[in-house]
Amino acid sequence: MTMTPRIVEIRQNVLKKNDLLARELRERFRTAGVYVVNLVSAPGAGKTTALTELMRRLAGAGWRVAAVVGDLATDNDAERLRASGAAVRQITTGTVCHLEAEMVARAIEGWDLGSLDFLFIENVGNLVCPASYDLGENERAVLFSVTEGEDKPEKYPTLINSADLAVVTKIDLAEAVGFDRRRFQEAVERVRPGIEVLEISARTGAGLDRWLERLLAGRAAARVR
Amino acid sequence: MHELSIAHQLVELAVENADRMGLRRVTALHVRVGALSGVVQEALRFAYDIAAAGTAVEGARLIIEDVPVVIYCPACRAERSLPAPVPARCPVCGTPSGDVRAGRELELYALEGEADEEGNR
Repeated sequence: MTMTPRIVEIRQNVLKKNDLLARELRERFRTAGVYVVNLVSAPGAGKTTALTELMRRLAGAGWRVAAVVGDLATDNDAERLRASGAAVRQITTGTVCHLEAEMVARAIEGWDLGSLDFLFIENVGNLVCPASYDLGENERAVLFSVTEGEDKPEKYPTLINSADLAVVTKIDLAEAVGFDRRRFQEAVERVRPGIEVLEISARTGAGLDRWLERLLAGRAAARVR
Repeated sequence: MHELSIAHQLVELAVENADRMGLRRVTALHVRVGALSGVVQEALRFAYDIAAAGTAVEGARLIIEDVPVVIYCPACRAERSLPAPVPARCPVCGTPSGDVRAGRELELYALEGEADEEGNR
């Protein structure tokens, strides 16, 4: 039999499997009426502390809240998050540097999503890999701490480009570490013009009310859509 | 470094499609990688060789096409291609824009190979 050379067009997303699963998850979340937020940042930026405070406030206001948290090895973060009173499940990723839709789907198995108002997904601490993986979330928040320097957004344009909200954490330390707010704002604008930048401190509570307000507005908007 | 996991998915996708398209031997994979895809080309090339080893696409060339970031400039009312992802400003008039129209692609665009003469299309 003779073989003939040929070029065939495929045009398929390499992460097709993840994208399809994320789409399914998004539909499940929407049907259940739960608003889902994916938190991404470098290790140590303060995702767990900020989330604990955020969930404590939401639960205090009567909202039903849960979280899944990705970590390479330990379940320390899940333990800390439980202090907020919310239901928390751990995803141990081993050597995988990001969460994928399939891991989230497995983590929420058995949960009655209809009994939840908010679900937070705390991604693995990493500013590169989580950018490529849709988890079916309504919004993605990227966190930077004041100790990371003002130009961090410009070093990781891909992740911030995939985000809907930028949060500056540990703002109570801004003066002590010489964090220049204006330079940070300018860096964000160069990478992702128009994105909202929120300054918070989980320790003093600064900015958390605004974040809460934003989440409630986001949830309300998602429900009428 | 998530390129190895991406390379595995790329190889899997290529093998599936080669089979579906009736390609007996795959000689090249054409991949489009956006400047905002989060994928480092060198890392992908390195990972691809590892991922392809022992599969039906082993030895096939990886041909990567760069896809630049394209934003919509509200002032020019036109799509503009950026020389680099940062700054996200119109290269013609300087207006900032977060309206990204292209540059996030990570796509298996085409396969090159050999098919039986009466191979189905």
